[in-house]
Amino acid sequence: MAADTLFQRITDYAHRADPYPLYAELRESRVARQEDGSYLVGTYHEIAALLHDPRVSSDRRNRTAPDETGIGEEGLPPAFIGLDDPEHHRLRSLAMWSFGPPHTPGRIDAMHGEITRIVKDLIGGLAGKERIDIVDDFAYPLPVTVICRLLGVPIEDEPQFRQWSDAIVAGIDPSPGEDPAERQRAAAEARKTMALYLGELAGKRRDHPSGDMLSAFATGHGTDGQFTQLEIMTTSVLLLIAGHETTVNLITNGILTLLRHPDQLARLRSDPTLMPLAVEELLRYEPPVQMLPQRTPLADIEISGLTIPKGVPLILMLASGNRDPERFRDPDRFDPAREDNQHLGFGSGIHSCFGAPLARLEAQIALNELIQHLGSPRLVEDPPPYRRSPVLRGPRHLLVEPG
Amino acid sequence: MRGEVRDGRIVIVGASLAGLRAAETLREKGFTGSLTLVGEEPQPPYDRPPLSKQVLLGRVPADRTGLPRRRDVEAQWRLGVRATGLDPIGKRVLLADGEEVPFDRLLIATGTRARPWPNPAEAALDGVFTLRTSDEARRLAERLDAGPRRVLVIGAGFTGSEIASACRERGLAVTVAERGPAPLVGALGGTLGALAAKLQRAHGVDLRCGVTVTALEGDGRLTGAQFSDGTHIDADVAVVALGAIRNTEWLAESGLAAGPRGVTCDAGCRAFDMYGIVTDDVFAAGDIARFPHPLFEYQLLSLEHWGNAVAQAEVAAHNMVNPGPRRLPHLTVPAFWSSQFGLNIKSVGVPTFSDQVVIAQGSLKDARLVAVYGYRGRVTAAVSVNQARSLAYYQRLIETAAPFPPAPGAADQIESPVPVPSDVPDPKLLSHGPTVALTGHMPDRRLTVVQPAR
Repeated sequence: MAADTLFQRITDYAHRADPYPLYAELRESRVARQEDGSYLVGTYHEIAALLHDPRVSSDRRNRTAPDETGIGEEGLPPAFIGLDDPEHHRLRSLAMWSFGPPHTPGRIDAMHGEITRIVKDLIGGLAGKERIDIVDDFAYPLPVTVICRLLGVPIEDEPQFRQWSDAIVAGIDPSPGEDPAERQRAAAEARKTMALYLGELAGKRRDHPSGDMLSAFATGHGTDGQFTQLEIMTTSVLLLIAGHETTVNLITNGILTLLRHPDQLARLRSDPTLMPLAVEELLRYEPPVQMLPQRTPLADIEISGLTIPKGVPLILMLASGNRDPERFRDPDRFDPAREDNQHLGFGSGIHSCFGAPLARLEAQIALNELIQHLGSPRLVEDPPPYRRSPVLRGPRHLLVEPG
Repeated sequence: MRGEVRDGRIVIVGASLAGLRAAETLREKGFTGSLTLVGEEPQPPYDRPPLSKQVLLGRVPADRTGLPRRRDVEAQWRLGVRATGLDPIGKRVLLADGEEVPFDRLLIATGTRARPWPNPAEAALDGVFTLRTSDEARRLAERLDAGPRRVLVIGAGFTGSEIASACRERGLAVTVAERGPAPLVGALGGTLGALAAKLQRAHGVDLRCGVTVTALEGDGRLTGAQFSDGTHIDADVAVVALGAIRNTEWLAESGLAAGPRGVTCDAGCRAFDMYGIVTDDVFAAGDIARFPHPLFEYQLLSLEHWGNAVAQAEVAAHNMVNPGPRRLPHLTVPAFWSSQFGLNIKSVGVPTFSDQVVIAQGSLKDARLVAVYGYRGRVTAAVSVNQARSLAYYQRLIETAAPFPPAPGAADQIESPVPVPSDVPDPKLLSHGPTVALTGHMPDRRLTVVQPAR
């Protein structure tokens, strides 16, 4: 349909496998107002500026038009990803207390051995298979297992929270033109159920702490304040979902990209020390989080000579910024040794990805081990079938035949 | 490419951060000629920021702060020997051991040294320290290990405050003596100075402002200090943190524009001679360089910042091997950071280049904020306390000469957005105007002593 707005075309499932030409179109207009009053930004420097602009809110309740996402309907406040400072900072710091520096600097590094063991177990399970689904057999179970261990969630409950998680992810998808009410009702319901589930687990840890993050959340930590039970619930829902819905795409997109670039695959296989740089390039070239759909200006903001009005939906297309030729030389080329690669794959500014160190470590180990074990695999289907989400974009299945 | 000067002899005097990064950049840019690095200290280049933090806390030994190398620089290292002179006609650097090193192009990166206690006899007392080199950090850390009963820190700038912070973290009793009204005032002005004072006291520092130390006492060993307000303390360690002196004395007879304020150079790091004529074979970078910056009205700035040393060294090295039209200006927005008393302080721009300041985000009460500085109606600096992620926004405001005060609307704007005087020295006096400081020029006396040619 010629009448479709650019954003409608971007979110249209038909373009999921290759949205990049649409992003190029978006960059032509720099700041693109959509018919529904939302604003789309796809150029690197403009996105970076808005990510650091303290007048850009992450709290959807600041939108002028009534919020249609259903968030809040379930009676839960937003998790810190949907809040602004100083509240955002307080909650994020409390969550970070048991995850990273300065209080817990070694936690992620110490997981190196464990992640390697999980990866090797999963690869062991691939032996003898004639056809492997990289998603179901590897890229999904790895981050789920890791985040469950880290948080202290029983992995046996995975089938249950997978359903909730799917519903919640479907709820954040912006799909203009479609009535989102049903999806959002389901998302709210799932979020509530998952929050109660995690809140109950945390409650058990309060009496029997076991060294995981839920235990730390529940038992508190002295002078830096403490979570309320409600905050434990919203924070742990966020971490459990963010901890696996993104990394699965990073790993799958990674394998897909490497299979499409056999010369680079061979190069990485012979020189594993390149992998950290290669993962950065994957985060630029095929980022798991394609866009941030929930920003709102708190004041009229002028950028690129245009004014983004206060209170409108502001959508930052990270994946488009990552392919901006004004920032990256030859941006559509996959170059695992690329230097000066300050991509937007983890966002930037105060909301820059909390779990980035963990995602990096998981992807580096997973990709290194997998390409060593796969031989010369053949891609069964290219492009593969994609997940529905235009926000958390990645293949739903990725079938390969080991060579 | 045509016009590049990739061979010949390059000498870098100063083997610290700027010298090393310049050497690496020269090789990166394809310089194939001979490269010599001259350094006064015997050890290879090391990093200074940890010296007043991790090293004093005993977490990292002083000899383990070596700078990571980006690449092999294939240089002759002349370490442990001081440069004593420069012959600009014969193009030779004179060394303390009597040797002479000839060059085609020279980079001056001799940086600064700690300002010593002015009374030599008192400075020589056992227990009196300065902190600039790794050797000094090692000796001070050893003395702190021994558990002194009280440490006196003289001067509450960044170095002095970090030393006091490390001592408190070790549980040592600390007295800080500051001539100004609060710590950090000289660098950040009154508003953040007051916050720093509050935090130092909350961390148990015996902070005494508006006083000077009139005498260090002892007989061989330091035993105490006398203050200008008539009071006296017992102390067995004193750290003199009264700023730095630029290492330009060796250039006194070079005919360069070198003096107490540094070596004056253009935006491309080319040194001026004493008549204000730019040289084409002598460059300067790092703490020693004094250069015009367009964001700050082309005032000649010399910055003692880690990031400036790196960026300026890279520009200098690039320009040393490229012809005029391909040369780059050093336009980096100044930035520095500090950690002390649980605070992470980061700065962009030049806070002292200001007449007003406003708390744009956060609050003094929470010790988490961004203070934005303005001069004559435009944004010239921003300092974050425990909130560094916002600084990129303010850097853009500085780069684009955005109006001050900045537009309201920040999600976490809590305090009244009314600017107050920034309480820094008048920026018009920062560099005494856009003039070249002549050799022997005494800025405070408006006097020029002409050095006779040898």
